[in-house]
Parts: sequence; structure tokens; C-alpha cells
Amino acid sequence: MSEEAPPGDTRTASEKSDFKRELTDVVPHLRAFARGLCGRPDVADDLVQETMLKAWAAQARFEPGTSMRAWTFVILRNAYLTDMRRNRFRGEYDEGVAERILTAPAGQEEPIHLSDLHRALLTLPAERREALLLVGAGGFSYEEAAQICGCAVGTIKSRVGRARAALTEMLAQGNIPRRATDDDIAHSAILEELDMVAAGNGVSSRG
Amino acid sequence: MASNQQHGSGGSSRGGASDRHPPEWADGLKQLYDSVVEEDLPDAFRDLLDRLDSGDAASASDNDNETKQKGPNQKGSEQNDRGRPSSDGRGRGT
Repeated sequence: MSEEAPPGDTRTASEKSDFKRELTDVVPHLRAFARGLCGRPDVADDLVQETMLKAWAAQARFEPGTSMRAWTFVILRNAYLTDMRRNRFRGEYDEGVAERILTAPAGQEEPIHLSDLHRALLTLPAERREALLLVGAGGFSYEEAAQICGCAVGTIKSRVGRARAALTEMLAQGNIPRRATDDDIAHSAILEELDMVAAGNGVSSRG
Repeated sequence: MASNQQHGSGGSSRGGASDRHPPEWADGLKQLYDSVVEEDLPDAFRDLLDRLDSGDAASASDNDNETKQKGPNQKGSEQNDRGRPSSDGRGRGT
């Protein structure tokens, strides 16, 4: 990693301070996206710091007026995928939400817990998980999510649809892997996915 | 946070709008996301930006290595124990 000031940076001082302010503003969103991707808060925060260093080093390439959130999410997901290949993440989930009750739908005895949702989310293949996070949690449009992931809009729609269907089924049937097995399942799903991502130069064609 | 403002443009294909009906857990995803967005930001993040901004990239990346004790680090961190980065006093209590 090189964190040196970019050479040939011709931006004005105010553009530079705008960059810092916008990057600061977007950090909570980076933390939320990272937490959804990799589960454990401390690991997610490491990923965010890595993202901030990379974003800082690349700041001359940021186009003022465009979305800082989208720009930094690209950096974050690339850092995540790279770290995944180095095996740093194991699909662990955030215990901090374990006690929070999400919702108790009418006619159902068991309320859905946020922790169940998060664990179910972490069992999804990485590409579907990130697609669902971007659209369903981050509020990006399909078009924006496609740009962030470097794939076609239809691919994002398909991934989101499959992710939703899988989560709905898991939650409806209470078929969420318990903690002990969750890591294995999530991890093997992720590794399969990564093999494909690696084989396809970072962009998988699977929906 | 001001960073959501740019996202009003894509109207028609906003996720979920055209689906049959959003699953009952859909709101939970946003809750998971928003609950993190609304957390107090640890000082480490602003400190990191301040150090980067003051051109002190070396101490910034030292700190980066420090906070990653659990991962296998890249080789390049030999100089990592040259003392704490002397940030502006409100640093990282001890």
C-alpha cells in the first residue's frame, strides 16, 4: 500500500478539504456496509480503515460532485474481496445485535431477530450478499449497485432476487444455521464464490 | 449525514419498489445498516483522517497495522513500534 500524497495532484485547496469532509461524512456508511459484508465489528472497522487509506491515496481520481459513498464502496468491496482471498474473514456475525428483536409478524409465534437476519445474510454467497446490502440496506438503485459491482444491471437484479428468496425461505422456515455451523457454511459459500470471482478477473457472470 | 442526498435520481428502479411485496424482514436490513450508521464514530477514524491530512502517512499506516493485529500483516511493517503516533493530544487514551 502506498499512502503518499498522489503526484501531480492539481486540485485546489478547497477541493482537497471538500474531499476530506465528504470522506469523513461517509465513514459511518462504510462501517455499515463492511459490517454487513463481514459480520464482526472489529474486522469490519479494520476494513474501513484500509478503505480510508486507499481512498486517501487515490483521492486525485475522485471526481468532485459524484457520489463519495458509491466511490468508496467500490474501494471497500475490492479490499474485502482481496482480504477474503487471504482468508482474513470467516463469516462471523455481530453479536451486538443478538438480543435485538426485529419484528413480530402477526400470526407467527416466533419473532424474527435481527441476529437471525444477520446470520442468514452471512450465509449467502458474497456477491448476492453485497447486492442485497447495496440495494436493500444502503438504498442504492439497481443501476448504482451495478456500477459499484462492475456488472450489468440485470445481474444485480438477479442477485438481489435470489438473495431475497433465500433469506425469505430461511427466515420463514427457521432454517438458519446456528452459530456453530454458521461459520463453516458461510465460509465455504464465500470461498466457492471467490474461486469464481478470481477465475473471472473479479467480475463473475453468475447471477 | 449528508451522504444520502445524491441518491434520489434513479426513481423507477429503486430496489423493492416493483417487487410483488417486500418481505417482512426487508425493514430489518435497513435497521441493521442504519444502526451502524447511527453509532458514535470511534475517534480512531477521525484521527486517521487527521493524520493523513497532515501528511503524516507513515504514522497513519503504522496505526493501521496496529489495529490489525489479528490478520497476517504484510511484511512492510518493521518500523511499527517506533512509539505511538503523536497525534493532537486527544489521541487514543493510553
